Amino acid sequence: MRALYDRLKDRFQLGELTRQRPDLGFVTVGRDHLRALLVELKDVEGFTHLVLFTAVDWLEDGQFQLTYLLNNRATAQDLGVRLMIPREGASMDTIHDLWPTAETYQRELYEMFGIDFPGSPRVDEDFILEGWTDLPPNRRDFDTKEYSEATFAERAGRESHDPRDHMKQKLYPDGE
Amino acid sequence: MKDEKYTPLPRRPIGLDREELKKRTVTAPDGQTFEVDPIRDYYCQDAPKAHQRSYIKIVEDFFNWCRAESLWILGYGTGCGAIEMRPLMTPRFDAYRYGIQWRPTPRQANLLMISGYLSVKTLKRAIRSYEQMQNPKYVVGLGSCTINGGMYWDSYNTIKKLDEYLPVDLYIAGCMPRPEALLAGFEDLKKIIKAGGGEGANKYAENFEWYKANQKSVIKDWDMPDYNW
Ligand code: SF4
Repeated sequence: MRALYDRLKDRFQLGELTRQRPDLGFVTVGRDHLRALLVELKDVEGFTHLVLFTAVDWLEDGQFQLTYLLNNRATAQDLGVRLMIPREGASMDTIHDLWPTAETYQRELYEMFGIDFPGSPRVDEDFILEGWTDLPPNRRDFDTKEYSEATFAERAGRESHDPRDHMKQKLYPDGE
Repeated sequence: MKDEKYTPLPRRPIGLDREELKKRTVTAPDGQTFEVDPIRDYYCQDAPKAHQRSYIKIVEDFFNWCRAESLWILGYGTGCGAIEMRPLMTPRFDAYRYGIQWRPTPRQANLLMISGYLSVKTLKRAIRSYEQMQNPKYVVGLGSCTINGGMYWDSYNTIKKLDEYLPVDLYIAGCMPRPEALLAGFEDLKKIIKAGGGEGANKYAENFEWYKANQKSVIKDWDMPDYNW
């Protein structure tokens, strides 16, 4: 994996390589080089399988982190390509022409995070949620509890405990 | 921390605004043209009617005894509790000895088991299935998710109180209830029916407007007729 990184580092201006396991590493890349890097990995380096494509919401930094996880069957290696995009008006280039499965991931990200992928097929169609009208639910500023209380009828008499205090009370009733 | 700057991305029309549910003119292979209004043409629009009781009590009691002794469950599982139904069908717990069996379609069933949490999407299917069942029909809610939301109490996509949306005859508590609890629940349901308490379908018909209003308040993508008979 180190050799692969050294080969690609300068051409695509990759960030640091983080190796989580001998067979799993992550690199960061700029938006301009993403597509070229993915094509290179897929067609030349043998990373032919898109394992997953997902996002992380860095609300405090105002950014989304996209992760493209690729797998090389022959060498049994996984490489994650990471990329930051601004949260506001989030939009990314579609890669459904490289991996048709990306279409599904992109529909999911569109619905759950509100990231646009112009040109991706059926991206504006409902994916898991039906008729969702609020903030995309996987954005961290979406308050699921508040939404649930406002939307769904509740049965009176339900008690909720803070698990930490509750267990403390139960296990050590007279303090310590 | 709230980001106020989000502008919703465009979505395709949902519910009755869908392209395929709109009224349209169709040209048949033989050149004739005719209008198709999918929602109106393919479904009966009538609201359900309450079923009359028998004229004397002893006959009604006899009917209720018969109903209680043949509970046919729609083989439809939502949530984790559906797993507990499988051992019930098989020799270990063998629910068949109580006159209970599972059927593959709503038309052949009279007991709908809601076996756990219902997402809004599944609720729509559950309502359709319930409405397609023949009267008299019963609903049993399984597990704490159907009672008060269970551990999905703060989820953005699951309902928390089943009896707002469907007439529930009986709840079985637990997370998840064991097959023994289900068997006890079936026996309780039989008692309720024999005592003349299994009036869910009539309740549904009488309070149809209320149920529909509740259902539509959570199901935003309403793409079916009001009553799916
Ligand atoms: S009550 Fe428990 S077992 Fe049943 S659906 Fe809810 S979480 Fe699952």
